[in-house]
Amino acid sequence: MTDKAQIRAEAARLMGVFEAKGATAVEADILQPAGTLLDLYGEDIRGRAFVTHDPIRGEAMLRPDFTVPVVQMHMADGAEPARYTYMGEVFRAQEESTHRASEYFQVGYEVFDRDAPIEADAEVFAFIQDALSPLSLRAATGDMGLLLAAVRGLKTTDRRKAALLRHIWRPRRFRALLDRFAGRAPLPEGRAAMLAKDDPMQDAGPQIGLRSAAEIADRIEALREDAAAAPISVQEVELLDDLLGLRETTVNVLSRLRDIAVDMPAIADAVDRLEARAEALYQRGVDVDNLDFEGSYGRTSMEYYDGFVFGFYAETRPDLPPVATGGRYDALTRVLGRAKGHEIPAVGGVIRPEIVLELTAGGAK
Amino acid sequence: MTLKIGVPSKGRLMEKTFDWFGARGVELARTGSDREYAAAVNGIDGIELVLLSAGEIPRELAAGRIHLGVTGSDLVREKLGSWQDKVSELALMGFGHADLIIAVPKCWVDVNTLDDLDAAAAAFRAQHGFRLRIATKFHRLIRDHLRDHGVADYQLVDSQGATEGTVKNETAEAVADITSTGETLRANHLKILAGKPVHKSQATLFKSRNADWNEATRATLKTLTGKLGLQS
Repeated sequence: MTDKAQIRAEAARLMGVFEAKGATAVEADILQPAGTLLDLYGEDIRGRAFVTHDPIRGEAMLRPDFTVPVVQMHMADGAEPARYTYMGEVFRAQEESTHRASEYFQVGYEVFDRDAPIEADAEVFAFIQDALSPLSLRAATGDMGLLLAAVRGLKTTDRRKAALLRHIWRPRRFRALLDRFAGRAPLPEGRAAMLAKDDPMQDAGPQIGLRSAAEIADRIEALREDAAAAPISVQEVELLDDLLGLRETTVNVLSRLRDIAVDMPAIADAVDRLEARAEALYQRGVDVDNLDFEGSYGRTSMEYYDGFVFGFYAETRPDLPPVATGGRYDALTRVLGRAKGHEIPAVGGVIRPEIVLELTAGGAK
Repeated sequence: MTLKIGVPSKGRLMEKTFDWFGARGVELARTGSDREYAAAVNGIDGIELVLLSAGEIPRELAAGRIHLGVTGSDLVREKLGSWQDKVSELALMGFGHADLIIAVPKCWVDVNTLDDLDAAAAAFRAQHGFRLRIATKFHRLIRDHLRDHGVADYQLVDSQGATEGTVKNETAEAVADITSTGETLRANHLKILAGKPVHKSQATLFKSRNADWNEATRATLKTLTGKLGLQS
């Protein structure tokens, strides 16, 4: 186990790399208001974060990541475009597997740039790859934008698309919904019987609680619409499966995607962006001929990743968590800024310095 | 060195526990006055009986301050993360049966399954600007269950009692609680979601993995489990 002073020094060194490239160093509070994080991530965050209590301020969480405070800080008084770097501990409760660290350092680099998002994607990836270049790591990439575009382009009702989009980051749930909408899975218990009634709300007993009779009637109407809608076609489901199952180098994947886009024109723009990004990465010296692309990458890591996603892994040490991860999270800034109508295209990544040290220990320094 | 066994300190759970051991030739008895929390075990040497609140027995087992304990299987799963690393089940005792369930207002005719609950939660959040509230005291069990079933856009609000009343009081939209007959739920115009309960609970004899298991306590355990007809 590497000691904390060494990890801190390594974090400072990595942060120095990003500062030298023009990033502004920023800090974030360790205690974060729980309400914001709960609103963003839902109840699951309670299982993953340390929740604590202040008699005056109420519930607080030990920061589970820097993304939220850095976005908030930028929205409050940042000039654009902006590049930030930061370092510090993050805290993750480990309810199940007790061998993973519950407190560890992160060094981050985040770019807020409205004008050149693809260029910003490539920059973040290339800077992190650069910082990690002495280690021979495998990089994996993906693009949530492709999947989002594919779902938006399905020939089905808007309600079905919205339901699929909402669960895009929960693969099992997404699959169950897709199977149902494609007519491959039965309706949930009791639904057919309910819809068969002339007035399902008859004999329903007293109306209690905040969810009103009008809301219930609206959903019955939505279910009737759904029951009458044609299933999503086998062909469309197969195309989605092709997309999700992609596992190739970036160059090969582009030609496969061009084929898929012939039958699924909705993804054409997303494929263009992927191609432009590959070019931008190439210009920055990334070996895109050998850069892995996975169609499902990023679906389980963080809700709100909605574009380019990436991670760096030590192939010889599958026991270790990824050395670095990152991606584009425009959707998160939309949710965080919705009260004031703010949204800021954002992309960034984090490195775990203690993993870097663990991989360099014994090797050349 | 005595083997400490923790049993619920009052009510039917205590009586049934005494009966269960009694039927197997191990007599547990309260000693002293009615109000004194003191008890003894007759029939085996080297056992100390500790009367505790059923809710605290999981914690005492995990800490290893008692060797054995009787409590609900729901409480162990709720209160101990990675519970199998901390305790093992010696016997399901066949009483104290209760199901942990999720219930919604009966007037929600469109909601019968978790799948429906998820869809209703999404619409509710869009309409009301906050996540659909589920009142419960079983935070861990319910959160894990809803995550495993891909339910989003809900929040848990803590309710330590009279949980079934929270919907009418508009402090929650749904509840997750223990029920054996469903009577209280029906009386409060609630219905249980279809499908298997979140957990089927019953009184269970647990063994702590963290207690001091030395030669003496191991020997006592062997005698006890022999009498009870269990594998230790």
